[in-house]
Amino acid sequence: MKITLAHGSGGLQTTELINNVFANRFSNPVLDRMEDSAVVEGAPRIAMTTDSFVVNPLIFKGGDIGRLAICGTVNDLLMRGAVPKYITCGFILEEGLESGILEQAVQSMADTASEAGVIIVAGDTKVINGNGGMYINTSGVGFVSEGIDCASANCGIGDAVIVSGNMGDHHAAILSDRMKIENDIQSDCAPLTDMVKSMLDEHIEIHAMRDITRGGLATVLNELAVSSGCMIEISEDLIPVDKRVKSFSKILGLDPLYMGNEGKLAAIVKKEHADKALDIIKSSMYGQNAAIIGNVSAGEGVVVNTHLGGRRGVGVLVGEGLPRIC
Amino acid sequence: MSDDIKEIIDYLKNYDGDNISIMEVCGTHTAAISESGITDIISDKICLVSGPGCPVCVTASAYIDRLVELSVAEKTCVVTFGDMIRVRGSKKSLRDISAEGGNVVMVYSPLDIISLAEENRDVTYIFAAVGFETTTPVYALLIKEMVEKKITNIKLLTALKTMPAAIEKVYNAGKCIDGFIAPGHVSVITGSNEFIPVAEKLSVPFAVAGFTGEELLAAIYALVKSRGKGIVLNMYKSAVTAEGNIAAKNMVKQYFMPCDAAWRGMGIIKASGLILKPEYAEFDAGSEGLTEDVIFNKGCSCGEVVAGIKSPTECALYNKACTPSSPQGACMVSTEGACYHYYTNRRK
Repeated sequence: MKITLAHGSGGLQTTELINNVFANRFSNPVLDRMEDSAVVEGAPRIAMTTDSFVVNPLIFKGGDIGRLAICGTVNDLLMRGAVPKYITCGFILEEGLESGILEQAVQSMADTASEAGVIIVAGDTKVINGNGGMYINTSGVGFVSEGIDCASANCGIGDAVIVSGNMGDHHAAILSDRMKIENDIQSDCAPLTDMVKSMLDEHIEIHAMRDITRGGLATVLNELAVSSGCMIEISEDLIPVDKRVKSFSKILGLDPLYMGNEGKLAAIVKKEHADKALDIIKSSMYGQNAAIIGNVSAGEGVVVNTHLGGRRGVGVLVGEGLPRIC
Repeated sequence: MSDDIKEIIDYLKNYDGDNISIMEVCGTHTAAISESGITDIISDKICLVSGPGCPVCVTASAYIDRLVELSVAEKTCVVTFGDMIRVRGSKKSLRDISAEGGNVVMVYSPLDIISLAEENRDVTYIFAAVGFETTTPVYALLIKEMVEKKITNIKLLTALKTMPAAIEKVYNAGKCIDGFIAPGHVSVITGSNEFIPVAEKLSVPFAVAGFTGEELLAAIYALVKSRGKGIVLNMYKSAVTAEGNIAAKNMVKQYFMPCDAAWRGMGIIKASGLILKPEYAEFDAGSEGLTEDVIFNKGCSCGEVVAGIKSPTECALYNKACTPSSPQGACMVSTEGACYHYYTNRRK
């Protein structure tokens, strides 16, 4: 079956779509009331965020737009030291979309939400003219415990810089698909709830945390350095990159430092807590390849100590990170 | 790190002989040198100069203007690689015109255009065919496919360049160059012998190098040691042979012939380009005569930068009016451009 404009009319077909595709998969006591808005339990400090997902292709190696839509928002909440609780979602479907693809994405959202420990409490669907595309917006709310202050401006001199795994997997997987290049590179798309919650539970002093999405590690670290008025120094040899991604990016003239991920974080942690934090991340669900890659020092910008013993600065990504021309 | 490389680093770090200038011709080498921090390691007496090996950087403005014009023609779509989208002609870039409603599509491989053209027979696709010896065989392959599949709605707007004549021009441009790191990807196709005539004529050594930091250091070391000798050293034997890829070269010869070419900032260089042969003229979108080169910002030194006369940091606009987010010239736009790499990696 294909989605048609009738599925967005607000009438019978809309009800059928909601009941058959969304309601059973997302079911929970809050959503099941089917009210105009969700009323939920709160906390003294909450984190809120929103994100829109427009990935092409909709299904890719290692994930799909549904999993991405949960991970993106959940991870944004986690980066402020919040424990994610509630998600809302808005779907914009283009007519012609195969309902099977929609169902797969919705099932992925349900599975990923359950993995990430959040419930989907409200949603909306619209259908527009188009060519079988799908766009999802998710908003999220998380609870922030007393005393947690995880913010970009909080990096301190001497802090350790930890990344939770290999750089560039998602970017390489999506690009391989678009360029029809056969390989087994998988997107790293994943909710980071397990590793962040464990660090919070163990009272790791995390000064700042960012998920390393578009723009890659170089961009994220530059933003942290600017916000905190410091220099971040990292070592090329310590930055984890999968061998396959390394050769893929070499062929295309891309730099894994600027390639996006969807299940990786950079944590700026008090020096004395760095080893323990690394152990926690490494033993968590998606952190096996985590590494301490450098530290925060006085100065400005981001500097990479190269394999050959030189130093180079790295700026933020400019433009789209396009493959080179020859 | 091997002991050989440690010795090389040690030698280049402590080099205290005459000042020596080595040009890396290829944009990918410029990127690799910046990324590996080589200029930070070697003696200040060894100066590495970026050359004309970024295809986007050396494209004259008239060519981009023509693409911009074609993108708004009826039932016409311009197809290009990524970097070309951002470079401004005399007024606009393809990105500017795309935002104004021009038809511009980005592809990753020239062959992607075939399926586009087959799906939309009533649209004429103009491929922005720029590049050096490395890329030209793929365009030849594209023409071959078009002929075989009888596809008539693809045309090429070519600005194809060949290296040896440009290197000679750069050598004579003023700055004393004592050695050239010959372009690695280009040499895969041409073979290392391609550079023998120019090396002998100029009495300057050429080293064909790979793209790792170690390979580049070894090439720099060899060039320092070979100063004054008109020889070609193939130090990228895993990918480059003396004769090159003969099948690819023959394919290029079948469809293209040499022509004079306009290089941004360097003017017209005799026999430094390739154009479709007359018998394939039906596939050409009007590539001849696109030689005018208007500099968007009068202070821009891109022309001198690609010719190795000025270092990016010697341009008055560098890191002032000109940064990757507000580029005034092609060298700051392209990810193979010298200015872009000097800026993003703070290369000295």
